[in-house]
Amino acid sequence: MSLFVFGYFALLIAGSSLAAYYERRDVFGVLFTVTLASLIFGLIWGQTAFWAVTIIAIMLAAAGGLGYSFRAYMVMLLPDKAARFMKSAPVTASFGLLVIIITLLLAIFADLVAPFGERAIVGDVWQAAGTACSGRNPFGQVIDGECLLGTDNLGRDMLSRLIYGAQTTISVAAAAGVLSFAIGMFLSFTAAAVGGWVDQVLSRINDLMLAIPTLIFALVVLAALPQNVYILVAVMATIDQTRVFRLGRAVAIDIAVQDFVEAARLRGEGWFWIIFREILPNVLTPLIAEFGLRFAFAILFLSSLSFLGLGIQPPEADWGGMVKDNKDGIIFLVPAALYAGAAIATLAVCVNMVVDWLLNRTASLKGGRG
Amino acid sequence: MARTLLQVRDLKIGATVYPPGEDPFDIEIVKGIDFDLEKGKVIGLIGESGAGKSTIGLAALAYGRGGVRITGGSVLLDGKDILRYTPAGIREVRGRHVCYVAQSAAAAFNPAIRLGDQVIEATLLHSIMGKSEAVERAKYLFGVLGLPEPETFGDRFPHQVSGGQLQRAMTAMALCPHPELIVFDEPTTALDVTTQIDVLAAIKNAIEETETAAIYITHDLAVVAQISDDIMVLRYGETVEYGPVEQIVEAPKEQYTRDLISIRSDIKPEAPDQSGALLRLEHIDASYGEGAQVLFDVSMHLPHGQTLAVVGESGSGKSTTARVITGLLPPSNGQVIFDGQPLPPALKDRSKEQLRELQMIYQMADVAMNPRQTVQEIIGRPLTFYYGLKGEARRRRVTELLDLIEMGDPFADRYPAELSGGQKQRVCIARSLAAKPRLLICDEPTSALDPLVAEGILKLLLELQEETGVSYLFITHDIATVRAISDSIAVMYMGRVVRFGPKSKVLNAPFDDYTDLLLKSVPEMEIGWLEKALASRKMAAAGN
Repeated sequence: MSLFVFGYFALLIAGSSLAAYYERRDVFGVLFTVTLASLIFGLIWGQTAFWAVTIIAIMLAAAGGLGYSFRAYMVMLLPDKAARFMKSAPVTASFGLLVIIITLLLAIFADLVAPFGERAIVGDVWQAAGTACSGRNPFGQVIDGECLLGTDNLGRDMLSRLIYGAQTTISVAAAAGVLSFAIGMFLSFTAAAVGGWVDQVLSRINDLMLAIPTLIFALVVLAALPQNVYILVAVMATIDQTRVFRLGRAVAIDIAVQDFVEAARLRGEGWFWIIFREILPNVLTPLIAEFGLRFAFAILFLSSLSFLGLGIQPPEADWGGMVKDNKDGIIFLVPAALYAGAAIATLAVCVNMVVDWLLNRTASLKGGRG
Repeated sequence: MARTLLQVRDLKIGATVYPPGEDPFDIEIVKGIDFDLEKGKVIGLIGESGAGKSTIGLAALAYGRGGVRITGGSVLLDGKDILRYTPAGIREVRGRHVCYVAQSAAAAFNPAIRLGDQVIEATLLHSIMGKSEAVERAKYLFGVLGLPEPETFGDRFPHQVSGGQLQRAMTAMALCPHPELIVFDEPTTALDVTTQIDVLAAIKNAIEETETAAIYITHDLAVVAQISDDIMVLRYGETVEYGPVEQIVEAPKEQYTRDLISIRSDIKPEAPDQSGALLRLEHIDASYGEGAQVLFDVSMHLPHGQTLAVVGESGSGKSTTARVITGLLPPSNGQVIFDGQPLPPALKDRSKEQLRELQMIYQMADVAMNPRQTVQEIIGRPLTFYYGLKGEARRRRVTELLDLIEMGDPFADRYPAELSGGQKQRVCIARSLAAKPRLLICDEPTSALDPLVAEGILKLLLELQEETGVSYLFITHDIATVRAISDSIAVMYMGRVVRFGPKSKVLNAPFDDYTDLLLKSVPEMEIGWLEKALASRKMAAAGN
């Protein structure tokens, strides 16, 4: 028994006792669960399990601290009104925002940030992280350097490809997400507000599309059409908007029967006003939540398409494609695929943390703009 | 001297408010209330919404609803402070010694379980009596409360009985375990007047029969005067006046109590000349979809600048009549004539000018306004839509309208959620006036409001009528309101107009059966009214 193990348990037990004493149920629940789980896993894996827990705890604490400081920083820098808005962000949202901003900056300035070119071969296949390699940088000069995250299945720099992959993945997923929301919301609100046969026709067509498995539908359409990124975005949006339509219609129909919509109809307002000025502001809350989810799904869908050879075409980098290219390395203990997977997961989680915060804002009854 | 059952001393109740984007702060809802209740007596708690009356009622069960905390004072039940009890201890008190009757019985019953099983649930849970004994007691109580077929009533599901019967079943549920105290939280507020009188009589009878003490919470002084021994008038969580019912009703000391009692005592004289019609309904039949017919041969008319009140219980077709007039529900027969011209039956065929002249005010002001628009946008939209006003001109007109409804400019940038119930209704009125209509359809505009606030809205409507000459079609179930503001009245029952004419004619004998029943069911601010009303009903029944 080392000093580390003693310290580890002493800290956890003291922490949970304190939490119990001050009746902080949530904190107590987390700490004591960790204590019990450590006991069990410690018996199986020994000290490694404790180190893993410690490292995860330190990383979470660091993320929390980062989020907290970033919020304070933004409150300090932003003008008065935006600062008040930022102040209402929970630590999770502030951390998510920070990660999203960093990712976007990396994607935009990829040429300046990436150590090597997107397609440059810089070393052997699946070199380990931190090994030496040499190849062309984004400006075509041959340089010697280090591959921080190792190389991929063709010997290209993993880090550079992740940075370039952010460009394609985020832009395609975001474009598809925004487009699917625009189409889905417009059609569903029209169906809900107008009702009658318009609703019937739109809803039945939507049901028809829902009945076809998404991947097969996308495969058939993409195989028939020319391969470029605009077509890809359009197809992804068309398929995704069916989900948006269902949700949008369900929430809009609730609003469409309210007295204030009736009042607008009695005033003689047109459909355009009723849809965009009366209904839309009131259904934004669930739709924003859905957007966070859909964005993550769009990234995954894009990866599946790339996997099947119909998404982003090689040698262009995208995160889903990188998971596919490097997946065989996992059996040889090469973590290259996991880096790309982690990038997808982090971005999806961060987007959802920010969306959660925006949700609380729009759900407030003060008109959501306060 | 009877034994004191409940002693409430310096009761303080608070809650924490979490405004978005700001730091949470504490508010005090109830600020130190004292009262005593003897065994077998009834105390009435009366006040406007937000006065803290329901909160005090629930405190008698040592319960705080939705984040509300009891912060100080004591509630002594039989000399023991139930606020100091452990959670297990308080469970022994609730449902055994103190029971609760909620305002909306329809929402409080589980729709999937038979009424009988729900009524005896607490009794069995506390092992007060065996199942067969409890079932017998439930049947006895159904009888006492005047429910139909007491033997089999318990076999029904909640949706199979009417609202008034459900409210009585809930009272039976509260009475079943022989409690010492029952808290009634507005048990008749959601009911029609003709049903309310039955429920009131049943509750009063049951309380007397079982010698239970009760706390009766309501906002209607006339109701509470029938049933309680003492009355406590509350406002903003403080006691305004506390005394025996005779003193409160006949010799109130405080101005606020006097205001509550004298409500709607001033009556507008009816217009002498009721010829000529702005609006005329001719033999309207209407039905929803292919389903049952809702309106049968409805005819009435409304002269220029006057008020026509449409009265009836829920389901009588009052609101459907309004939908026919506005064009939301085209009639299957008959026509609506506006200013001598027949209106197109469907909304989409009407011109903008026809739409402008006919505006509407809703019962629920909070759902009649888009919660995401400011007062400025809400009132300004008809100005832009009908008159093309923009920018500074529109802003000025909005300010004028806000002054007209006695609210003023500072409210222009608020959202509906930041207004009180009365203010919301005023904004709705301003929105409809912005169109400069000739006819305003008011669909129960005051029934969701507290009496004093409703009084203010009615006064405002009458003033606006004098100023602008607008006509009102006023839909309501409240006879006192009708008496105060109308020139002519249409009484509706089961989709038919049973009585129509000038106010003086409709409200005076000779009556038809339904109008007679309706008028006699309206509670009056007079002790012993309930007994008299019931006696006259019985006599009428015996005479038939």
